[in-house]
Amino acid sequence: MKQFLRYLNVKELVRPIGQMLAFSLGSAAVMSAIILILALVLDKTAVGTALVNKLNVSLFSYTLSNLPQVVIDGLTIGFVYAAIALGYTMVYGVLQFINFAHSEIFAVGAFVGVEVLIFLQTLGVLSGASVFMAYAYLSLAILLAMLAAGGLAVTVEKIAYRPLRNAPRLVPLTAAIGVSFLLQDLIRLVEGLTTGQFNRIIPTFGNFDDRITGKLTLGATKLFIGISVKSIIVIVAAVLMLIALNYLVNATKVGKAIRAVSQDMRTASLMGINVNRIISITFLVGGLLGGAAGLLYALKFTRIDPFIGFFPGIKAFTAAVLGGIGNMTGALLGGIILGLLETFAGSYLGVFTMGAAGSEYKDIFAFSILILVLIFRPQGLMGKNVGQKA
Amino acid sequence: MLKRRNSLFSMMVAAGLSLAMIGSAGAADKVVKVATQSPLSGDQSVVGVDIKRGAELALEQLGAPLAAMGFKVELAPFDDQANPDAGVANAKRIVSDPAVLAVVGHYNSGVQIPSSEVYHTSGLVNVSPANTNPKVTTRGYLEVNRIVGRDDVQGVVGADFAAAKGVKTAFVVHDKSAYGQGIAEFFKKRAEENKIKVLGFEGTEEKANFDALLSPIVAGNPDLIYFGGMAFQAAVLFKQARERGYEGMFLSDDGFDSPDAAKIGGKTLIAGAGTYYSTVSGPASVYPGTAKFITDFKAKYNADPQPFAAQGYDSMGISLKAIEMAAAANKNEVPTREAVAKAVRALKAYKGITGTYTFNDIGDPEKALYFVIQVKSADPAAWASNPIVQTLEIAPPK
Repeated sequence: MKQFLRYLNVKELVRPIGQMLAFSLGSAAVMSAIILILALVLDKTAVGTALVNKLNVSLFSYTLSNLPQVVIDGLTIGFVYAAIALGYTMVYGVLQFINFAHSEIFAVGAFVGVEVLIFLQTLGVLSGASVFMAYAYLSLAILLAMLAAGGLAVTVEKIAYRPLRNAPRLVPLTAAIGVSFLLQDLIRLVEGLTTGQFNRIIPTFGNFDDRITGKLTLGATKLFIGISVKSIIVIVAAVLMLIALNYLVNATKVGKAIRAVSQDMRTASLMGINVNRIISITFLVGGLLGGAAGLLYALKFTRIDPFIGFFPGIKAFTAAVLGGIGNMTGALLGGIILGLLETFAGSYLGVFTMGAAGSEYKDIFAFSILILVLIFRPQGLMGKNVGQKA
Repeated sequence: MLKRRNSLFSMMVAAGLSLAMIGSAGAADKVVKVATQSPLSGDQSVVGVDIKRGAELALEQLGAPLAAMGFKVELAPFDDQANPDAGVANAKRIVSDPAVLAVVGHYNSGVQIPSSEVYHTSGLVNVSPANTNPKVTTRGYLEVNRIVGRDDVQGVVGADFAAAKGVKTAFVVHDKSAYGQGIAEFFKKRAEENKIKVLGFEGTEEKANFDALLSPIVAGNPDLIYFGGMAFQAAVLFKQARERGYEGMFLSDDGFDSPDAAKIGGKTLIAGAGTYYSTVSGPASVYPGTAKFITDFKAKYNADPQPFAAQGYDSMGISLKAIEMAAAANKNEVPTREAVAKAVRALKAYKGITGTYTFNDIGDPEKALYFVIQVKSADPAAWASNPIVQTLEIAPPK
């Protein structure tokens, strides 16, 4: 045990937890402050009176009473985005190209996991499962989803990207888009042939749909907070994965090799690093994360189809760019910020525009912010402004 | 000599070397086709496939008179994928085949409306088993008919039902499609006339994450959440609303009428103040004439008919009857498409299994049935046994 502890790099375990806490609390606090100030300013204007007429509540207390829920929802989806974004950013780190097929790796993870659960359901073991067994089955499904997605990511790299390693950068990018479409229709084909329909619904089991509620009294306003068990699972699983990934990259020999390859592939190979193997590992790790995120997404939102990867994929890619592509801490921060932004916009846009622009405009709002950030910081929030790599 | 050449031609037909054109010229059988268009794949295929099956069954059982006149009637099923682009592309293929004399079809109004523009320009008659948007018929095309009610009535039925249930506040959500947004607007208008306070009116194409949309909804805690659109979105929204502690009532429209709703929503639909939906098509069992249809359907497909399957049967029946009348007027020769379209309108009191149909001058049935149904079971297999809480017979608005 002592021996083991000596090899364990405790610093690298604590550091990401600190980062995540700081990022989550920090961005949540900033956005909450902005929205509360906005609410105070607009309280006595037409916007405020419109709300009083409708719900008989002042804009400020409405904003405040919804705030905890919005933050929780935003963080939940934010961590999912972060887990996917890491797949984009790691591949970009070593190969300098955007693996657009990553969104389908995510979808494959979702499908494999859900099919495993549906299979367990047809065996009849799911419906009566105890809480402990329910978690065991879910873990099994997540594990298989990760393995399938990870394996697929490695295969895609071997077949579609490796032969193009020395081609101009636009070529593997185009290949990635092609692979993305191919995989979408492959899921459709396989699901259509085996099950007859390609929209799948995750079985209901365990206590995942339960809801933990709390009440907070803050002066005159009462704050109702609720979080479903599955949201907690999503957050906890994502946090564990992010810690593990951080440890892998920053505290192990393999991680050192990954960092070396991302700094300079040729020199790394001169130093005796098997570059092909490291690139495969990078894809494997990205795929594992993406696959798990896929099943977590399905668990949280119930229904999946072969195109399910598209929007989370685009958003995670955006999150990676926002944080600074190639930078892992940046992907984490970007995911959290994007998730929060989107949920804040979706929840409050309708009220603040007096119903003129509802939550359907949340993406427009979130992406406008992204464009603004990139105008002033083209390298992303945490990216370093490095010159063109050799 | 001529006879021998004829039989040679027939052999070629049998060998599959030539299609309908040569077949009708050479063989004894005059081939005509009736196309179906419905979603055979994707989210809405549960209902779409059974529209096709209903039509298929009708062709088998009601095709005898045409066969006796020397016609060979074939079914040409098309998959519109619940997608306007796919529907229009299919429509172009359908009208380019001269053997097609009628189209039974479309489940989604948003698909039917652009596709029927194509039928209209080529004079091909369309009998719709399920499309409820007013615009389907109000364009006044001779070719377009439907055997179901309309959303401007269905929305009103929903809003009146909500008022009768004592609903004071409602939040209206729709899917931004011609059908969903249309019915949601009619619901909202009538709800406001009924003194129901509409707290919000939002469109969304979201399929998974309704968190952001639900924050303002749950904050207002309305008595009712209304969804204008299809089950695969509505059920996910309803489920997530319940998970956030919403206890009020859910109300939706005939797009909600699919066992998938129970599969997705499960127990959450029954909790709280429950879930209701208005529809223009009751479960097949409520119509007096459908007993034989249900047994035959089960025997052939080994499954219960889904909503609109019986309407698919009747739409096909109407098409066949019209072709028969038009052919009889044309000395038993293949009638023109225009003659078939006129024959559909000329039908008086066609006795189908879901009702007796006479079309008015824009293609609406003179009276249509509207139902409000309560979701009682979380089991998708028991969807057809959900009880009807209200039945109304209303004429289309002028």
